[in-house]
Amino acid sequence: MTEPEPVVELTGITKRFPGVVANSDVHLTVRAGEVHAVCGENGAGKSTLMKILYGMQQPDEGTISVGGQVVELRNPQDAIRAGIGMVHQHFMLADNLTVRENVLLGAEGRHGMGRKARAELTKLAERTGLHADPDTLVENLGVADRQRVEIVKVLYRGARIVILDEPTAVLVPQEVDALFETVREMRSDGYTFIFISHKLDEVRSIADEVTVIRRGTTVGTVDPATVTSRELAEMMVGSELPSPETRESTVTDRPVLRISGLRLDADDSERAVLDDVSLTVRAGEILGIAGVEGNGQTELVETVMGMRKASAGTVELASGDGELRDITRLGTLARREAGIGYIAEDRHRHGLLLRQPLWSNRILGYQTRKPVSNGRLIDPGAARRDTERVVEEYDVRTPGVEVLAGALSGGNQQKLIVGRELSGEPVLLIAAHPTRGVDVGAQALIWEQMRAARHDGLAVLLVSADLDELIGLSDTIRVMLRGRLVSEADPATVTPTELGSAMTGAGEEAA
Amino acid sequence: MINWRTALLPPALAIIFAMLLSSVALLISGANPLEAFATMGAQLFHGNTAVSTVNLAIVYYLAGLAAAIGFQMNVFNIGVEGQYRFAAVVAAIVGAWMELPPVLHVIAILVVAMFSGALYALLPALLKVYRGVSEVITTIMLNSIVFGIVAFLINPEQFGVLHGNNLSTAEIAPSGRIPGIPLGEAGTLFGFIVIAGALGYGYWFMLTRTRFGFELKASGESKTAAAAGGVSARKMTLAAMLLSGAVAGLVAMPELLGRDYVYAMTATQGYGFTGLAVALLGRNHPAGIAFGALLWAFLDRSAVSLESIGIPSEIATIMQGTIVLSVVVAYEIVRRADLAAEQRRVGRAGRNGQPAGVAEGGAV
Repeated sequence: MTEPEPVVELTGITKRFPGVVANSDVHLTVRAGEVHAVCGENGAGKSTLMKILYGMQQPDEGTISVGGQVVELRNPQDAIRAGIGMVHQHFMLADNLTVRENVLLGAEGRHGMGRKARAELTKLAERTGLHADPDTLVENLGVADRQRVEIVKVLYRGARIVILDEPTAVLVPQEVDALFETVREMRSDGYTFIFISHKLDEVRSIADEVTVIRRGTTVGTVDPATVTSRELAEMMVGSELPSPETRESTVTDRPVLRISGLRLDADDSERAVLDDVSLTVRAGEILGIAGVEGNGQTELVETVMGMRKASAGTVELASGDGELRDITRLGTLARREAGIGYIAEDRHRHGLLLRQPLWSNRILGYQTRKPVSNGRLIDPGAARRDTERVVEEYDVRTPGVEVLAGALSGGNQQKLIVGRELSGEPVLLIAAHPTRGVDVGAQALIWEQMRAARHDGLAVLLVSADLDELIGLSDTIRVMLRGRLVSEADPATVTPTELGSAMTGAGEEAA
Repeated sequence: MINWRTALLPPALAIIFAMLLSSVALLISGANPLEAFATMGAQLFHGNTAVSTVNLAIVYYLAGLAAAIGFQMNVFNIGVEGQYRFAAVVAAIVGAWMELPPVLHVIAILVVAMFSGALYALLPALLKVYRGVSEVITTIMLNSIVFGIVAFLINPEQFGVLHGNNLSTAEIAPSGRIPGIPLGEAGTLFGFIVIAGALGYGYWFMLTRTRFGFELKASGESKTAAAAGGVSARKMTLAAMLLSGAVAGLVAMPELLGRDYVYAMTATQGYGFTGLAVALLGRNHPAGIAFGALLWAFLDRSAVSLESIGIPSEIATIMQGTIVLSVVVAYEIVRRADLAAEQRRVGRAGRNGQPAGVAEGGAV
């Protein structure tokens, strides 16, 4: 194949936000009919760059040209007119409308609403491998099908260049393979893809070219066939990649958390969100819960924390003398006081008071305990001092403890939370997606702290969507599917693919 | 650390803006704005205006504290109005009926007032917590109902007494009164100012030093985060509403126990609504509320003097309205500017003045 024309060319793109330069002098050239991967760690500036290309944000400097013409993309409509479409990481679909209505919504002008539209939709569904009936409600579709509906939506609006923003983050390995198959077919039909990812093996298997972004600027463009994963990783991180691997086992035979027959009914029906869940976490053990999101992990964590009321079953926690004590009837505060630390999956909703200073956040969840409180009265001085200690020990990058929590970046917020939760001398840590959306440095530090705490005899219940993190950190892995713990895996031997099939239930019969 | 710019700039801007706007209104009506403002200012030194301004401000301060307690928990207690009137009539009736030694009598009346105020806030609180009914709707409706309750209770067939043409409750005995602080020519200051001051300090102490205050603020900012930290939003909503009602119950007490000794059909209304504006102006801070209450009382008291130079006193109402509107806008503008400045500060930390790269923890 001779060098085809570049269809998208970004030159010298710079975008500043208060306090940071999100993109600085970014260059990107995408040729027609290729899959071009844009790679970089969380927070490296990929999303900002794509928002600029899709017209959602305007660059402060630099030019964008599409098909050889310099264009100004003031809004997504401009981008769509230029033939650029974007499939967002978080789908933008109306659940209560059908597939056809979702695709046509806002694009009624292209082919009308009647037979012509239907024919076009059928053609595109064929091309993208969407097998769902166009008259099904989107709420009945699985994640993989929803993603295809998004792709069809974009194509229906006439896009020839499709941006896929972390499309595999929500998929299990088998679905990823199917998606890549579709992308390859469409590429031979002449579509161009810009593929945003930070997963190197995926990038190497699908991309024709890879552009690496680090700290907001392009490090270089390489051919994935000629570089190794290691070289790519080093380009992305600028140094060696942190690894979540735990070394020697520190598991003891002393149970810290024992859950038996836990059941949680859905708010509106008799359907069980958690069904007969039983597990034991021992001191020095990290128990990982794997599962496609929405299979009850969130509910399990919130039930153990006492934020939801179990319909049946018991939760027991080891008290100071090592005896298990029934905490099923206790509220959240009493459970925390009994020694549970909690890293919530959504730190903005559950972890922090964004409009309060850092030291005030140090008190949250510990308002009854030393050193920040004596039970009834709060000691702001002690809270400030202890927050300074957390900032120091956990490397929270902040000018001081009076800064509002909302002003910190995600990684630093998370480090503060981890520091707070490990400061209360917990016997059990519940960590839900502890490194989601944080930068590499923070990720390495959080892993290190969890490992150290485990070594000191902490029991950890880890829920994560990052299979590498799960396999690397856990001593035992349990797989959760539709509210039940369906199988167990040994992190020493299991591969992400095997775990993936267990998560979708494919391995259920075999197990 | 108090950020003075965030605290003081918005109300200053709002007052200046409100003065400009009312100047326009004055000019349109053909009056000289400078003369009008000068007359209002000078009125403060006439007769007993200064003391009566402070006396009115005491009442506004209590109403402001009541509203602020609700605001801390994100509860919009419009019902301060109904709660204080209900509490006033009940306390006046019980106070006149009771026979107790001096200090004890006063304390008993205050306890009855706070209890009645909380009681009148109980229904909206329960409806909000257990049925999700907006407290704005229920308290507004209860504000209307209180008119009927007062009229019913003051009726001579129930507890009322007819003085000439005026219906009121029976008079409270001297043992149940709070003596004023005589300032000679200038008038008599309500002795209740001491209690109001103590209440303001108590409010500040509760918010910044107690676990309850922390939980209240946390729950008001983010119910979900507070719940994860072991704070029940239900409990906090209930507590905030009842506490707000209890403080609202005291609003009429300075006048009842310090000047009138009876509660009449003709008693002044509307303190509750003023309290909301005052709390907003003072940003729920005890000192800010005091400032707001004084400003409001000054505008109310000195507006009368405008009539003497042929300017309608409603100009003061225009000023009050524009102050409330512009203070809300000004706080928001300054808050956003501060957040952006803070993010820049965070971005610079440890970077030798350079902005942080995104991967190093800068915000995106």
